[in-house]
Amino acid sequence: MLNALRNRKVRGILFQLLTVLGLVAFLWYIGSNTMHNIEQRGIKTGFAFLDNSAGFGISEAPVAYTETDTHGRVFFVGLLNTLIVSFYGIIFATILGILIGVLRLSNNWLIRKLSSAYIDIFRNIPLLLQILFWYNVVLKALPSPKQSMEFKGDIFLNNRGLIIPSPDMNSTTITIIISFLVALVSIYFLNRWAKKKQEDTGNDFPTFLVSIGILVVLPILAYFIGGANFNFDIPALKGFNFVGGKTISPEFLALTLALVIYTATFIAEAVRSGIEAVNKGQKEAAASIGLSSYQSLKLVVLPQAIRIAIPPVINQYLNLIKNSSLAAAIGYPEIVTLFSGTSLNQVGQAIEIIAITMLVYLTMSISVSVLLNWLNHKIKIKER
Amino acid sequence: MAVHNQKAVREAPANTKGIIHWLQENLFSTPSNIALTLLGAYIIYSILPPFLQWAYFDANFAGDSKAQCTGDGACWTFVKVKMDMFMYGFYPEDQVWRLQAGVVLFFLLIGFFYFSKSNKLKIIAFTSYMIVAILLITGGMFGLEVVETDKWGGLMLTIVVAAVGIVFSFPIGIILAFGRASELPIIKSICITYIEFIRGVPLITILFMSSVILPLFFPEGITFDKLLRALIGITLFQAAYVAEIIRGGLQSIPRGQYEAADAIGLSYWQKMLLVILPQALKVAIPNLVGAFISLFQDTTLVLIIGLLDLLSMVGVAAGDSAWLGMETEGYVFVTFVFWAFCYGMSRYSNKLEKQFNTELK
Repeated sequence: MLNALRNRKVRGILFQLLTVLGLVAFLWYIGSNTMHNIEQRGIKTGFAFLDNSAGFGISEAPVAYTETDTHGRVFFVGLLNTLIVSFYGIIFATILGILIGVLRLSNNWLIRKLSSAYIDIFRNIPLLLQILFWYNVVLKALPSPKQSMEFKGDIFLNNRGLIIPSPDMNSTTITIIISFLVALVSIYFLNRWAKKKQEDTGNDFPTFLVSIGILVVLPILAYFIGGANFNFDIPALKGFNFVGGKTISPEFLALTLALVIYTATFIAEAVRSGIEAVNKGQKEAAASIGLSSYQSLKLVVLPQAIRIAIPPVINQYLNLIKNSSLAAAIGYPEIVTLFSGTSLNQVGQAIEIIAITMLVYLTMSISVSVLLNWLNHKIKIKER
Repeated sequence: MAVHNQKAVREAPANTKGIIHWLQENLFSTPSNIALTLLGAYIIYSILPPFLQWAYFDANFAGDSKAQCTGDGACWTFVKVKMDMFMYGFYPEDQVWRLQAGVVLFFLLIGFFYFSKSNKLKIIAFTSYMIVAILLITGGMFGLEVVETDKWGGLMLTIVVAAVGIVFSFPIGIILAFGRASELPIIKSICITYIEFIRGVPLITILFMSSVILPLFFPEGITFDKLLRALIGITLFQAAYVAEIIRGGLQSIPRGQYEAADAIGLSYWQKMLLVILPQALKVAIPNLVGAFISLFQDTTLVLIIGLLDLLSMVGVAAGDSAWLGMETEGYVFVTFVFWAFCYGMSRYSNKLEKQFNTELK
């Protein structure tokens, strides 16, 4: 018996057995307590509440929603708002982050210092503090609709939010949107073709210029094909409020601004370290075989820098999605505010509701990490 | 015979050295560079002077009521008057000395760490500091009056949450990291599930869980204080991140170290604690400081479940009817405090990283 205990394998199995037993006992303990407590307090169980009428309004819903709609619908609205704010946050944070990251390596001393000051300032202030600052200090101090700040007579900013012109949804607008998508797809295939050509023949193709050309020309063509009838619905002050256009709420503005400014600092650092990580010898080798500095950047430095920068950047996207849950502090109606907040208060079934919310974030996290693994595998340098 | 006279030493041309050369090279080398310099100067010009005007030149520092804030700038009088609230929350005024004593002892502890060479003494000092600090803050023994946690607040609460979070998540994180690196399949999968689950959800959902669901997990007699529930949530959350960082450190240790430890007959725990962990921690320390910075920032989230940390004190203090409309000053002050803490720590982590880097070369 004692001899058996000295065997590593036996000990390992025994230890695991004990752990599993302990875990099961613990889960059984909290499980039975929970059942008992739920019964005592008269809390319902199960997911039937999802079909019950919610009975509260939502300040901004991207899909049709009325007070009589169900909690399931509330969940859906919250999920959509989470996705919307994450979508815009990711796009703008990427643009700002790349810009700051590149400027951080600029030859200009002042610009370099300014970008590192930007990074040092904003990544060291808690995100929630930034959200509350934008919401409670900056956006609340804006004038009332009557005294709105005006930009070119079409865009208005006041304490009800940002009001921008929105395009009329007619055949021209739709054709233009479709042409944009077509342009993006053709640019993708153009890039693939150009890369293959470059690898086969060594001839470089001006992909960047041609891509921009496609992006400009196709929508212009679409404008004429679609009947040249592209109009904006311009907001106008009627009485105490604005009519027409699209209103972007202060909650959305504060949340997106803070998320973008905060996340951009991390993306900038990832971009900078990606570019810096490319070996100096690579640039020198590129110069010595006679590549121009643009060619060296495009063909030698960037392909390597992107490989290094992409994983941390995607991790930051994931953080941004998770951080959008801080909306609960200012009441932007995304999934945590709506479902884990208002719905939970009404229904009281904390376990089900928080489990569903966590599941949503887990699904997003797992999909992003699957994507990341696939990408890492795809862009891995094939060493021979 | 030709005689070569040594020529007098000439100064280098003015445009290859000194401040003019530096300016030319770094700010005005090409037209685009000049444009960038002008843009940078414009950005500084449009942000810095107005801010300084508001925060310093036009600001009010004197007095003790809102009426005395007559200038156009910031009313720092508000921060001055509410300083105790920002620092200690609603902690009873005659007991504040206990918190101050805790801070003084903390600096003594740092000094001791700096001079002492014995690790055992350091551990003993640290543990006894933790016990004394908890005693001082909560009271209830040695004639100290009990201060209920609902009176805790301000910077003190922020520091308590961050300190408890890091101290307790550390051992849990180490165990999780060992588990994840272990060869035992069941242990490994339990640890991976825990770590990936926690890292996949936002902290706010974990805080909601610990404040709403946790009380359901235990028999009716056991009640948890609101603060304790938040602390449990934050510790469980932080442990997963600490575990991942330590795992990174473990992976950087060459196999030979494990094999050598096995070869001299150390048991698993001897091997991990005496050989592997000390080396892994050294690699992981800069990242651990980074994790501590984000934990310190994350403590602000306790505001959402109704605790009164430094950030929520802004709302409380500015909600005072004698000081309405002072939110801007409050937020700017709190921003500065958080920024100073986090920036200081990130500098420290950079310094550590450089220190460890040179040793590896």
